Amino acid sequence: MQDAATTISAREAPGHSPGRAASRLRSIWRNVFPFIVVGVLWEIVAISGIFPARLFPTIETVARTFFALTANGILPHHAIETLIRLLSGFALAGVFGVTIGILMGRSRLAEDIFLPLVSICAPIPGLAYTPLFLLWFGLGSFSSILLVGFVSAFPVIFNSWTGVKAVKEIWVRSAHSMGADDRRMFTHVILPGALPYILTGLRLGLAQAWRVLVAVEMLAAVPWGLGWLIFGARKFLNTDAMLAGIVVIALIGLLLEKLVFQKIENYTVVRWGMVAA
Amino acid sequence: MVPIAIDNVTLEYDTPAGKVTGVKDVSFDIGASEFICIVGPSGCGKSTLLNVIAGFLPPAAGEIRIDGKAVKGHGMDRGVVFQDFAQLFPWRTALGNVSFGLEMKGIPKAERDKIAREQLRLVKLEKFVDSFPHHLSGGMQQRVAIARALAYNPSVLLMDEPFAALDAMTRDDMQLLLADVWRATRKTVIYVTHNVAEAVYLADRVIVMSAHPGTVQADIRIDLPRPRDPLSLEFVDCQKQLMRHLGHKVSGNGAGH
Ligand SMILES: Nc1ncnc2c1ncn2[C@@H]1O[C@H](COP(=O)(O)OP(=O)(O)OP(=O)(O)O)[C@@H](O)[C@H]1O
Ligand SMILES: [Mg+2]
Repeated sequence: MQDAATTISAREAPGHSPGRAASRLRSIWRNVFPFIVVGVLWEIVAISGIFPARLFPTIETVARTFFALTANGILPHHAIETLIRLLSGFALAGVFGVTIGILMGRSRLAEDIFLPLVSICAPIPGLAYTPLFLLWFGLGSFSSILLVGFVSAFPVIFNSWTGVKAVKEIWVRSAHSMGADDRRMFTHVILPGALPYILTGLRLGLAQAWRVLVAVEMLAAVPWGLGWLIFGARKFLNTDAMLAGIVVIALIGLLLEKLVFQKIENYTVVRWGMVAA
Repeated sequence: MVPIAIDNVTLEYDTPAGKVTGVKDVSFDIGASEFICIVGPSGCGKSTLLNVIAGFLPPAAGEIRIDGKAVKGHGMDRGVVFQDFAQLFPWRTALGNVSFGLEMKGIPKAERDKIAREQLRLVKLEKFVDSFPHHLSGGMQQRVAIARALAYNPSVLLMDEPFAALDAMTRDDMQLLLADVWRATRKTVIYVTHNVAEAVYLADRVIVMSAHPGTVQADIRIDLPRPRDPLSLEFVDCQKQLMRHLGHKVSGNGAGH
């Protein structure tokens, strides 16, 4: 046992090699470098005065606004309202999307019913549904959440469906010959076998949810939310507040990716060798 | 343990290019607790036949009867080791894979872990119980698959070239192990191989299949006493006889493989 553990960790992570710290630094540098370039260019444009300072604030101004709005609680309030809508809508998409996708993958009937519907509805931009949802469900949070759930369900459905189709027949046969019934075939074989695709679907769904949510917040007359902050700031030419809102969206997206998706992936499909790290 | 009748089995694959015959009019009987090896050129339909017996492919004509009952689909009475390395579940460790069948039977965790560990020890993988399949070599994965098929104790074992990826030493060990398991448990075994020496070492009877579309070309009884000595004259004679059936040119003293 001890043997096996050491061999594997030696192969997984070249942990004891002296080059590790250096390669770590290099990878950080690679990630940061493009931002530095863009930042420098930004500052040059801002300082040059091509645009009025009101419309094209320096990074320093944006940062100051960002911290001021964070300190007085306004930015966190917007962010939390948006996050609640995002996660509620995305949860709907996750639950219904995975269920429908797997049903389509497992049952011919479900495939025949859902596939034409899904294929037609999926390519329509989320924003095109917005007026309908606002008319049906009224202005405000509720219809935003429903819309986010509806629109972001499509990539989840498609990928779950593909994932079930991609489950290797030989796994199903092995499980059958070892006596797996339908329920355990599902939980012990189909679900883990389709997981790489399901995770991809959820990722794409979340990106979709962001896009439509920020847009719909601008239209749904919600009192709080990052979309509303960005849109509302336009009236008073508060470009620094708009940019601060955009920064928050980027930060939340980054955190969800690094702390949620990558963690789940590393613990499952990467550890199982089904997806390269 | 159980007799199997293979009665005029034909299977055709539907492909975009038309029908492809997998096996054609295959008939032979397998006695209870008999060890059968199937040999034949690549593409003759050995894997196909095994999948029909396992119940994964319904035959276009004919039927398989196990213990007198016609096979209608897969069943826990038949353990399968496939030719494909990808048969293990990547999301389960070696131990998790081997205990799968026991888990399906509802055996408590402590006990199934104990049985699975023992099976992994028999295939010499006790150091790798906690490894995921993608960290094991092809031959090691195949040994896990064998342990997995043995662990839940099916009465029939269907094995498709399980040792093809092993080095000669490990293969000898595994053949010895399989012969021991078979002697102790009296399972009925159907074993596909390319290796003539392996067939003579393991089998009570060898079914020789002709090239595609596969039919039974010869049914040869190996009457050597067990345990068999691969260096004995009788053993080499049997090998030569078998190779002649396979269409090899056999020189005076040549043993293949
Ligand atoms: N899934 C499939 N779809 C279509 N045709 C197939 C399929 N599997 C096998 N065949 C065809 O059936 C025939 C028998 O194939 P099979 O895999 O049973 O051969 P085999 O004897 O096991 O060969 P090998 O020794 O190379 O494993 C082959 O000619 C092949 O073309
Ligand atoms: Mg084969």
